[in-house]
Amino acid sequence: MLCALAAIPVLIAVAVRVSSAVPPGRGPAFLDRIAQNGLFVGVTAMVVSVPLFLPLTVGVVAGDTIAGEAGQGTLRYLLVGPAGRIRLLIVKYAGTAVFVVVAPLVVALTGAGIGAALFPVGPVTLLSGDTIDPGEAVVRLLLIAAYLAVSLLGLSAIGLFVSTLTDVPVGAMAATVVLSVVAQVLDALPQLEWLHPWLFSHYWLDFGDLLRQPVSWDSFVGNALLQGGYIAAFGALAYGRFITKDVLS
Amino acid sequence: MSAGGPGAGLGAGPGIELSIETGGLTKRFGQQLAVDGVDLAVPKGAVFGFLGPNGSGKTTTIRLLLGLATATGGSMRVLGEEMPRKLADVLPRVGALVEGPAFYPFLSGAANLRRMDAADPFGSAATRHARVQSALERVGLTHAADKLVRAYSLGMKQRLGIANALLAPRELLVLDEPTNGLDPQGTREVRSLVRSLAAGGATVFVSSHLLAEVEQICTHAAIMSAGRLVAQGTLAELRGAGHARIRVLTPDPGTAAQVLTGLGLTATLSADGRTSAGAASGAAVSGADAALFASLPAARPVGAARDAGSDLAVEPEAVVAALVAAGVRVRGFATEQASLEDRFVALTGEGFDVVQ
Repeated sequence: MLCALAAIPVLIAVAVRVSSAVPPGRGPAFLDRIAQNGLFVGVTAMVVSVPLFLPLTVGVVAGDTIAGEAGQGTLRYLLVGPAGRIRLLIVKYAGTAVFVVVAPLVVALTGAGIGAALFPVGPVTLLSGDTIDPGEAVVRLLLIAAYLAVSLLGLSAIGLFVSTLTDVPVGAMAATVVLSVVAQVLDALPQLEWLHPWLFSHYWLDFGDLLRQPVSWDSFVGNALLQGGYIAAFGALAYGRFITKDVLS
Repeated sequence: MSAGGPGAGLGAGPGIELSIETGGLTKRFGQQLAVDGVDLAVPKGAVFGFLGPNGSGKTTTIRLLLGLATATGGSMRVLGEEMPRKLADVLPRVGALVEGPAFYPFLSGAANLRRMDAADPFGSAATRHARVQSALERVGLTHAADKLVRAYSLGMKQRLGIANALLAPRELLVLDEPTNGLDPQGTREVRSLVRSLAAGGATVFVSSHLLAEVEQICTHAAIMSAGRLVAQGTLAELRGAGHARIRVLTPDPGTAAQVLTGLGLTATLSADGRTSAGAASGAAVSGADAALFASLPAARPVGAARDAGSDLAVEPEAVVAALVAAGVRVRGFATEQASLEDRFVALTGEGFDVVQ
């Protein structure tokens, strides 16, 4: 799955390279900047992956945690081991968290790498109009990856909970991905504006603040608090469900 | 409850240390009682056969004992500790094979065992490699240790499952259908493995529906039927509790039946289910031997102390004397002890229908 994620920036970079110049204002954000500065491949790839592809991979990993073991029958042996139910949940969530950190990082770094290989690299102009050198730009790229990692932690907690509900891993994966899509659809409906700040996907694309000089941390902190709330709520639900679950698979 | 409680039953009197002890253990799934008031008493050091037809609640009971499912009611003690409160203390001392082996097909056999061992917080990482190797050796899988489990045959997976139960020294082994899918050599190896484990002081709890196997390796057994425990005790007690019966081979089945009836026994003719009275003339004319069966009424092992004054006590030799005195030509006479299979079928019913 990490390879699939890495394929996205490669695809973007190659497409831009072989095609003629992209007219400004069309396609995903920053696409028109790639030809001037290869580092933008990373940013563009992350923007493209956020709505579906990253949640999809996270849904697969998080949905598989408990349901995958149950479906395979190994859950009973882990518990008889005895792994301990709380310990198992924590380890499984930690494993998902590692994936959540690595996934955006792969997109960002592959993007920067392929961009640097195919296009010129130079100073980057930020949204605030300031210009930073390429080294500083890579740091910003990593910051965005970290922002996305935090953003996806809430979804992985939801996936963990869904995974404790079923013995069918595919069902848990699909449910998690569907939930992430539903949240984004709700986020797009102006009639539900009161709900928007509470949706786990609401701040997913708000990493623009990290591209200003000086960096504005407001959205980062707000997002982290929201995701923390989701982790607490769905972690508790997963605990409540799993601790009393009859393992019959 | 104490060791002498209602669950102790035939096999264990007071004072015998029990490895597994349940009182009124009950598990309800919706409307269905999967396990219904089971009082198990498994003595320490026993090889305990847990018998029952498919769907009788064996595996559910095992899941309850191992803390995989929560009991609806009743109490459990495993290795002297109250369950499921002391689950974390007890499970490291228990090795289990539950409802067939389950492994990660994309990992090798040894890697699977290492991963399972890592789940045990008491499994020291320093000795892990050696323990995995010795467990594989005990089940004869050393040569296939580095093969992917995906490429294992059913019997090899079963062996690997047993190896998983043997990763650490265990006081109790719970083996659910351990010889499932094994070839005759494998079955023999498992039998000798179980014996060697028991010789080492471990209690082995074997669930099975293979009666011959249980008769060969077990010292004690219990029989489940439709969620209830219908019998439990040492193997000898279980067999003895069944009625012994006599078989009379004679060309005079009519007279013989009368004699047996006079002794208070109920005679049945074996050959084709004809009643003994109706068969009389036909059998006599042909001159062929007919086999008559009669259950000895006393539900006690042959040779046990006789209940003084009981007119039900009919000794086999008295039957022969009475038959001969009545002029019956006795060509064969035998007392047959009920086999475990007879006992099993008597308790759980015949046929394929799964009792609900």
